[in-house]
Amino acid sequence: MTDDDFDAYRSLSEETDDHRWAFGTGFSDPLEGIDTAVPAGVDGAALASYCLGLGDDALIYSHRLQQWVTRMPELEEETALANIALDLLGQARLLLSRAGRAEGAGRDEDQLAFFRTEGEFRNVRLVEPADADFAELAGRLLIFSAWRLALFGRLTGSADPLLAAIAGQGVKELTYHRDYAAQWVIRLGDGTELSHARMQAALGVIWPLTDELFRADAVAARLPGVAADPATLRAEVDEVLDAVLAAATLDRPGGAPLAPVAGRAGREGVHTEALGYVLAELQSVARAHPDATW
Amino acid sequence: MMAETQTEDQVRSDWPLYEVFLRGKRGLNHVHVGSLHAADAQMALRHARDLYTRRNEGVSIWVVAARDITASSPDEKDPFFAPSGDKVYRHPTFYDIPADVPHM
Repeated sequence: MTDDDFDAYRSLSEETDDHRWAFGTGFSDPLEGIDTAVPAGVDGAALASYCLGLGDDALIYSHRLQQWVTRMPELEEETALANIALDLLGQARLLLSRAGRAEGAGRDEDQLAFFRTEGEFRNVRLVEPADADFAELAGRLLIFSAWRLALFGRLTGSADPLLAAIAGQGVKELTYHRDYAAQWVIRLGDGTELSHARMQAALGVIWPLTDELFRADAVAARLPGVAADPATLRAEVDEVLDAVLAAATLDRPGGAPLAPVAGRAGREGVHTEALGYVLAELQSVARAHPDATW
Repeated sequence: MMAETQTEDQVRSDWPLYEVFLRGKRGLNHVHVGSLHAADAQMALRHARDLYTRRNEGVSIWVVAARDITASSPDEKDPFFAPSGDKVYRHPTFYDIPADVPHM
């Protein structure tokens, strides 16, 4: 790269030269200066629990996506995936912070992310398993982002203005995530015989975890006008998935959903074995060096 | 395993090079910012978005397959460019430019 090229590139970026580094301590509170009071008539404990679930979905899935970094088939794809993981980490920070404020017990985003046990996490089980191959990555990301985009679309009209604002920002990010995943599912499904077979097999592995996304949620039911009823998202998500599967010449997988355990699933703190391993890695540094700064 | 590796190498070499041009918020022209590999133009556009607009640099992206660019050769630098070096009368420097003419 010559000096001229570099200057041209720098001149494009100079006006937004803020430092958004994604490592180290010393982050400012993501909700600094924002009114975090719980709106009148809204159940604060339920709002905290609801935001915790949405934040945990993003936190755990972001960590799983980060585990792909250095393992992606192309450098360009790796950057794309790291961007997506960072978007979700940003959503997790906002939602966990919102949960902490609504709870009112003084827990911040770090307390919630690093010092809860497995049974206290409220994420759906879809985000827990490691992807066995690139096809599983594309399939899981498609299902997750199609569902979350539909959900955030509803939440932009939430009676909690803070949750509505977080959702509004997330909608733009999730639209791109869904587009990224869909184009890979279509490429692989409508590709070679081998890529088609592996994409179809991957969807078969993931599909049992999708039913939980639309389960009735007792917490959401306590938040009329604030939360979205998961059951009402199914038609919108199905329409998107069916369109992508058709373009990809893939069949919609059958198979029984992964059942809740004694009526409890991810949102109630019952998880797959995989979550413990994610948390062990995610929390190890913060637990070994509590309150450390670097 | 050996066969698989060879197949991957083959696929990788099939991904052509694309040149990326960005137009910034204040920019009037698209500016060349770099290159990347992609299977086709649509994928190149997405890769360009992920690689070159992460810090909010651009509002418009062009991607062009590098093989479609016809470039002047460095060997022909003198016959191509040197003759214009001493033709000062080709520069519009002998006019006063009115203050309200933009982009000059």
